[in-house]
Amino acid sequence: MMASSAMVTANQLIIMAELKLFRTWSSRFALRVVWALDLKGIQYDTIFEDLSNKSSLLLQYNPIYKKVPVLVHNGKPLLESLVILEYIDETWKQTPLLPEDPSERATARFWAKFGDDKVLPSIWNVFIKQGKDQEEAIVTAQENLGFVERQLTGKKFFNGETIGLVDLAFGWLANLLSVWEEVCGATLIDHEKFPLLLEWIQNFADAPIIKESWPPRDKLITKYQAHHEVYTSKEAPK
Amino acid sequence: MAEDSLKLLGNWVSPYSLKVKWALKLKGIQYQYVEEDLQNKSPMLLQYNPVYKKIPVLVHDDKPLAESLIILEYIDEVWKQNPLLPIDPYERAKARFWAKFVDDKCVPALMAAFSKRGEEQERAIKEAHENLKILESGLEGKRFFGGETIGFVDIAAGWIGRSAQMAGEIIGIKLIDAETMPLLDSWFQDFLGIPLIKECMPPQDKLLEHIKELHTKNLTAAST
Repeated sequence: MMASSAMVTANQLIIMAELKLFRTWSSRFALRVVWALDLKGIQYDTIFEDLSNKSSLLLQYNPIYKKVPVLVHNGKPLLESLVILEYIDETWKQTPLLPEDPSERATARFWAKFGDDKVLPSIWNVFIKQGKDQEEAIVTAQENLGFVERQLTGKKFFNGETIGLVDLAFGWLANLLSVWEEVCGATLIDHEKFPLLLEWIQNFADAPIIKESWPPRDKLITKYQAHHEVYTSKEAPK
Repeated sequence: MAEDSLKLLGNWVSPYSLKVKWALKLKGIQYQYVEEDLQNKSPMLLQYNPVYKKIPVLVHDDKPLAESLIILEYIDEVWKQNPLLPIDPYERAKARFWAKFVDDKCVPALMAAFSKRGEEQERAIKEAHENLKILESGLEGKRFFGGETIGFVDIAAGWIGRSAQMAGEIIGIKLIDAETMPLLDSWFQDFLGIPLIKECMPPQDKLLEHIKELHTKNLTAAST
């Protein structure tokens, strides 16, 4: 993405001097960083990793977790997607991802964390389970989604009129969820229970810049079909 | 600032509410403290934190905030004296990373080391030691994570020193090994020796009794 010349100051040219993002084609966490950088019009180099054959650079920059995303800024590595997002927001002030008011910032951080700690694992649970276990997993996942749905009351995005940190954090809901639903045959988000979420998914998925980065759906289906086979072959349906 | 505009719902033994107490004390902020009985949670707590139903909850001008690290960042943004996070964005990112590493990696491993038995326990102890060693590298040879004075990570992680030491004594295994992690060990000692830190901590004997009770419960659960 090219930053418009009006936005790029001499300082920003220096800051942009060396910015590298290590990612994979499908990582939902790395995608958050892609979106954040693209929304702010920041230039960077992308290194695609094959996680079955990690590069020595990745292992050097992230020896603790050996994962993507890693954002390297002037040789200094940043890890953990939400930590990276906050760093990006603090370093490049255009198109802010977080509001200014401290209690609104705390609320945004809360929902981003809830998404990663509760929503994502509970939906993954639906994907990998079968029979009665899956039914129970659906109840939990929908309880969690209920909290998320209510956060959208009166708002187009979680951040209000524009996309922000929480929207990026929940971005995976706008593409991966339907992939997982298709592969495992369960429906989690229906119009009756989650009208606001469905609308948000539409608005987010079609938003400029966001829509340019979605990984190809057919590749995702193939990938998760393979995952699903592994998980469901371990368990007999109950 | 009127004391009744700031309220902390906490629990005497919870390290998570302790972190918030430390931050408020460090900044000299007055507040009303409400002790919650976690076996019998108040309607107020359930109203303020319907998602997790947990403490700590900080209520400021009737706005509830939950999750200890998020509360710490809020406190730091509203009250600027004695800052917890550094100014530089990269240093801030490192601090956030280490605080998350403690909660995601160190704490679960330590809890498993304390509560499991046999091979599972051995694995957990090994993992706990490895993760603490990694945490030690985050000190970067400094006295505190915050440098010469305590900051975000010190407050986020320092509580482990006392609990892990007591838990280790009870199960007969050194969870914090002064020999293999000397810098971490002296950091714990220095941090826990600071007067305002000590003042907020639960009484030593009551904490020990509580951890012993937990251990007994674990043993009973394991044998049934």
